Amino acid sequence: MPAVQETVERVRRIDVDQYRYGFETQIESDKAPKGLSEDTVRFISAKKNEPAWMLEWRLEAYRRWLTMTEPTWARVDYPKIDYQDIYYYAAPKPKKTLSSIDEIDPEILKTYEKLGIPLREVAILEGVEPPPGGPPSANRKIAVDAVFDSVSVATTFQKELKAAGVIFMPISEAIREHPELVQKYLGTVVPTSDNYFATLNSAVFSDGSFVYVPPGVRCPMELSTYFRINERNTGQFERTLIIADKGSYVSYLEGCTAPQRDENQLHAAVVELVTLDDAEIKYSTVQNWYPGNSEGKGGIYNFVTKRGDCRGKNSKISWTQVETGSAITWKYPSCILRGDNSSGEFYSIAISNGFQQVDSGTKMIHLGKNTSSRIISKGIAAGKSQNTYRGLVSAHRKATGARNYTACDSLLIGDKCGAHTVPYVEAKNSSATFEHEATTSKISEDVLFYCIQRGLSQEEAVGLVVNGFVKDVLQQLPMEFAVEAQKLISISLEGSVG
Amino acid sequence: MSLLEVKDLQVRVEEREILHGLSLTVNPGQVHAIMGPNGSGKSTLSHVIAGKLGYEVTGGQILFRGEDLLEMEPNERAAKGVFLAFQYPVEIPGVTTWNFLHAALNAQRKARGEDEISSPAFLKKVREVAKSLNIPQDMLKRGVNVGFSGGEKKRNEILQMALFEPAVCILDEMDSGLDIDALRIAADGVNALRSPERAMVVITHYQRLLNYIVPDVVHVMSKGRVVKSGGKELALELEESGYAQFEDAA
Repeated sequence: MPAVQETVERVRRIDVDQYRYGFETQIESDKAPKGLSEDTVRFISAKKNEPAWMLEWRLEAYRRWLTMTEPTWARVDYPKIDYQDIYYYAAPKPKKTLSSIDEIDPEILKTYEKLGIPLREVAILEGVEPPPGGPPSANRKIAVDAVFDSVSVATTFQKELKAAGVIFMPISEAIREHPELVQKYLGTVVPTSDNYFATLNSAVFSDGSFVYVPPGVRCPMELSTYFRINERNTGQFERTLIIADKGSYVSYLEGCTAPQRDENQLHAAVVELVTLDDAEIKYSTVQNWYPGNSEGKGGIYNFVTKRGDCRGKNSKISWTQVETGSAITWKYPSCILRGDNSSGEFYSIAISNGFQQVDSGTKMIHLGKNTSSRIISKGIAAGKSQNTYRGLVSAHRKATGARNYTACDSLLIGDKCGAHTVPYVEAKNSSATFEHEATTSKISEDVLFYCIQRGLSQEEAVGLVVNGFVKDVLQQLPMEFAVEAQKLISISLEGSVG
Repeated sequence: MSLLEVKDLQVRVEEREILHGLSLTVNPGQVHAIMGPNGSGKSTLSHVIAGKLGYEVTGGQILFRGEDLLEMEPNERAAKGVFLAFQYPVEIPGVTTWNFLHAALNAQRKARGEDEISSPAFLKKVREVAKSLNIPQDMLKRGVNVGFSGGEKKRNEILQMALFEPAVCILDEMDSGLDIDALRIAADGVNALRSPERAMVVITHYQRLLNYIVPDVVHVMSKGRVVKSGGKELALELEESGYAQFEDAA
């Protein structure tokens, strides 16, 4: 069965307004007192048994944060966030120290099972049918780190990764076990003073993933982190740090969901990537936080700072994102092209429906010689949503031979939504070659009628056209996730026409 | 029972009446040609039969095998066997022709309560059909009509007709934008699909197309009505003397 047909069926089975991941897990949790103060920061650090340098780092960030103001330049509109009305730490109450996956609370295991995340160490054998002429799907393994509210509950395939020399563990553990690596790289891509939300994260981050790939190693499997917000009134502040040492390669995927709640919840993550000489990181995101209901009530505020530093020559960082969730998205995965001949890529599908607001894009900062970057952004706005692409491409004075290609396409469904493109381009040397293309289109009545005359329903027709529109970007995702993303896209646009 | 019966059809578009009581009876196996000048309502008729939005039916009815067609959604009509070959087939970037046809065929089969056809079985079928119509396999892998020439677009319509096996095919100005060679190829495709069970309604300005697709019945439309019906010789007569003689009859 072709994926499109499967998408179409999936859509049929879903009721309008149904968020598949909106259930809540009943579980006892251990929380920090509500609100934010130095004590909260100390509480979190103590919970994680952190060394003194880490606590100091956090406190410095916290003090810095107190002097900062929330940014307002994005094209998003939301009521003021009361930072004292949030829990900054929530952990499933542990029964004892866990030594194997079998000791994880069965309720949590069930949650991940429901979400379709394999925490038991089984290779993903269910391949998807390859497209005609395409390669057969291999029996691939994916190592998963699962983060439930503020803590990582399980990381799979540790042994196998260790044999390859790859470190993949919760960042809280890495701080204790590999302090030299963490200290060397943490905050070097996104400094603690970077921006309001990143600084907040630096003070209160609770968990996230840490990856280190040693020189010359090609990571033997996909790495994946699955983030789940469960607790009410709880913010999630995860921190991810990935280092690809000289000549190494790793592909990493993150997925996110949250229960359906009437109140808004804050998610302020920081992701830092570092590639040394000749290394490559491919980072993919399928973001499906709860977007709020059809009246615009509830949903996640997703204020995320993601940045990669191509520190070494000939290194490469590639971001691929499929953004369908969150009430508000404020997110600009970026690349600093520091090493000579380094390259950065940003492939994005951002879908907004209902009352969602998306302000997302990328920054490609060309510093090294002969650096290149590529931006392919597909924005789809439906319902009463607003969808903005905001991107910066800059070339430093010394970045001779810098090249960028940008293509931003927007698709409008209906006439109550908006799509906006805000590109910033700065070239400080005359040898830079920057190209920018942008289109905005609507799904026309003629196209819909053509499809419907061939037997497709209105919704099937929209799903088909949209999947065609985003195809270039979907192709960048690992295959299993491409299929999942394709389904998600159709579900997100449920009820958008009519 | 006749296959398609249009009875005293009256249609408005934005307060303006386009069809003023049009009647037409099409039986299985027949090819009907509908000829007429620009603005006579030919395309409106084809759109209303297929169920396009934006037309208000103010009187009359359309029966398909005795069932009220106007009560059905356009995709239901397709599943029942009503096919419209578009004058200007649309382009759908990023969706391969292969995928589009598979999705559409399965949607129709499902609506009829039939089993879906698997990818390998479909691939085999579509390849056979394409081969029988001399359509290159390469076309199936390309985006639907994207970058197709006028002739390729029309052949894609005929491919779909062959694949979906409809009971009634309405060909809306199939000759527009085609040179004489492309026209002949397209017409050969249509002729290959003529059968005792299937009916075709060929809408055209020009007699030229009817040299290749020879009709059983020819209707002349003018100002929203059928003003004259006859055999295939009527088309030749029109070629000689033009539409002017019928303007008054309307």
